[in-house]
Amino acid sequence: MIGTSSRRLVLTAVCAMSLPAHGIAAQDTTSRGIRLGLTYEPGTKPGVVILPVRGDAGGGGGGGSSDSIRAILQRDLDYSDRVAVIGGEGTSTSEPARSATGMLDYPLWKALGAAAIVQATLTPGSLHLALHDVTAQQVARIKDFPLAATAGSAEWRQLVHGISDEIEAWITGARGIARSRVLYVRDGRVYVIDSDGAGDRPLSEGGGAMSPAWHPNGRTFAYSAFGERGTQILIRDLGSRQSRVVPGTTRGLNITPEFSPDGSTLLYAHGEEAGTDLMATDGAGSTGGRRITVSRGTDNVSPSFSQDGRRIAFTSGRSGHPEIYTADVDGSNAELLTAFNYGEQSYRSNPAWSPDGRLIAFQSQLGGRFQIMTISLRDRSVKQLSSDGVNEDPAWAPDGRHLVFTSSRSGVKQLVVLDIETGRTRQLTHSPGSRLAAWSHRFADSSP
Amino acid sequence: MFRYRRSLHLLAMIATTTVVAACPKKPVPAPAPVPAINQDSINRERARQDSIARAEQMRRDSAARAQADADRTTQQREAALAQARSSLTASILFEYDSDVLSDAARGSLDSKVAILGANVGVHLRIAGHTDERGSDEYNLALGQRRAAAAKRYLTDHGVDGSRIDIISYGEERPAAPGHDEGAWSQNRRDEFEITAGGDQIKAARP
Repeated sequence: MIGTSSRRLVLTAVCAMSLPAHGIAAQDTTSRGIRLGLTYEPGTKPGVVILPVRGDAGGGGGGGSSDSIRAILQRDLDYSDRVAVIGGEGTSTSEPARSATGMLDYPLWKALGAAAIVQATLTPGSLHLALHDVTAQQVARIKDFPLAATAGSAEWRQLVHGISDEIEAWITGARGIARSRVLYVRDGRVYVIDSDGAGDRPLSEGGGAMSPAWHPNGRTFAYSAFGERGTQILIRDLGSRQSRVVPGTTRGLNITPEFSPDGSTLLYAHGEEAGTDLMATDGAGSTGGRRITVSRGTDNVSPSFSQDGRRIAFTSGRSGHPEIYTADVDGSNAELLTAFNYGEQSYRSNPAWSPDGRLIAFQSQLGGRFQIMTISLRDRSVKQLSSDGVNEDPAWAPDGRHLVFTSSRSGVKQLVVLDIETGRTRQLTHSPGSRLAAWSHRFADSSP
Repeated sequence: MFRYRRSLHLLAMIATTTVVAACPKKPVPAPAPVPAINQDSINRERARQDSIARAEQMRRDSAARAQADADRTTQQREAALAQARSSLTASILFEYDSDVLSDAARGSLDSKVAILGANVGVHLRIAGHTDERGSDEYNLALGQRRAAAAKRYLTDHGVDGSRIDIISYGEERPAAPGHDEGAWSQNRRDEFEITAGGDQIKAARP
């Protein structure tokens, strides 16, 4: 596994002196929920306190639609893996940390490991938010976030996720990914699920769907589906809930669609009787594709774009077994990327180019089981990121730090999210047979 | 008509006898003359009836024999048809991550070539499948290559390519449910489905 397990400082003693017993259980959990403990890694994760939201009657713990604003903010920041959330749902962290005058007791919070405190008040239609800088002992940011949607609705949750992402940007300089969604396949249908595991629902009707891929606009996606005469590429509009077949994909094998980062190009793999090649068409999928790889009877599938849109990584069997290759988007200048001795079995596939361009994640067979690996494009160094069960089909979150992939570690296929910096994982889906994930970009305010 | 008249004649005779037997037994002064029965005519009639029955039986036996023959032929034809159909739709198996046709696969395809040669109206769909071990996506391409390999063998041996469609299901539709080599070896396969002309299939010419 990756990640250096830095020495952790547990402020149990401090807690015991300053907080009621029920709020101080030192605990480092990787399961769903909040990191309750006052455990932090000095220098790596700033401690953040979310005070109970004034005026928010919703929630009160648990999950699902009864989430309070505070519970969602805490979970989102926890899942970001960039900050340490101090104090969980149900803890009365505001009370002891307030001085008699009602001012925040900065020195006490500092002693508890807090670098930032989020203080929010719900008003009709908006959330008034103040971010306190504990070290500077002052308010660092104030903003009113629109929050007009019905509390608990999918739209409302997305708005709250957007607030989480902005808080994360204020604290760490990097915007969060809470307001994003993951497409995946279960029971032959394309599903979508929010980044925090809420809002799981099917999007496509028919059976045999595979390999969903977001258009960067976040409003449409492409996928493949079995037909009578072959496998087709379809593009589906989330608004109209209509799917249409990409011309030229009505016959033969048409699989693994992928949009370029600017949305102008759609790549997919097409095979008939002499191997499978990558094809390129426009981003609307309005015409048949033109061939960009020369398979000579081998298979070339699963393309992934570099973030600048100039290069692609893909799986090719041109050397006799599947390996990862990179090439220019027109298919020229192809080179073997995974030229590395991995052991007895030679099978590497399903590349995913990281949003920062530094890494390509892929799956490699080790001891008969696929594991998730990354390879650095700078020095070709390889890291193994999984070892438990069979782990396949990695896809990057828009922060370039989290990966979602299919894992059998629980006994059945589920989607698992991994933070490649710390090695922390969480299970995203809770229905067996979930696989073939694709993570969206961060949704903008006008997006769903 | 003839038989009808003969029956009447017999009835008349029986009726006469019955009437005679039913006569009250009164003292009869003089024996009434017994109706003369011609034994010869009875014998003749009997012989005639026997001969008719024999002919009837022969006719029935012959019909039954003919029916049995016909049944046997039908059975043989159906068996041959079933045999041809089963040869035509027998799956072929592959090695791991390979689309190379084994000797057994070629043998199976040779049988199909012969049957397809004798049945030019028959169309096939070949579906390529893989075991669960590879990449879900790459396996779709591998299944396509397996189906294409079988089609290429058939067309190389004279079967018109327009009679054969191919499709791949990758690892999505396993034939055996297990997660070991026993299941995997059954799942690395091409399946053959008759899509047209299947009702009047003939065995291959010897």
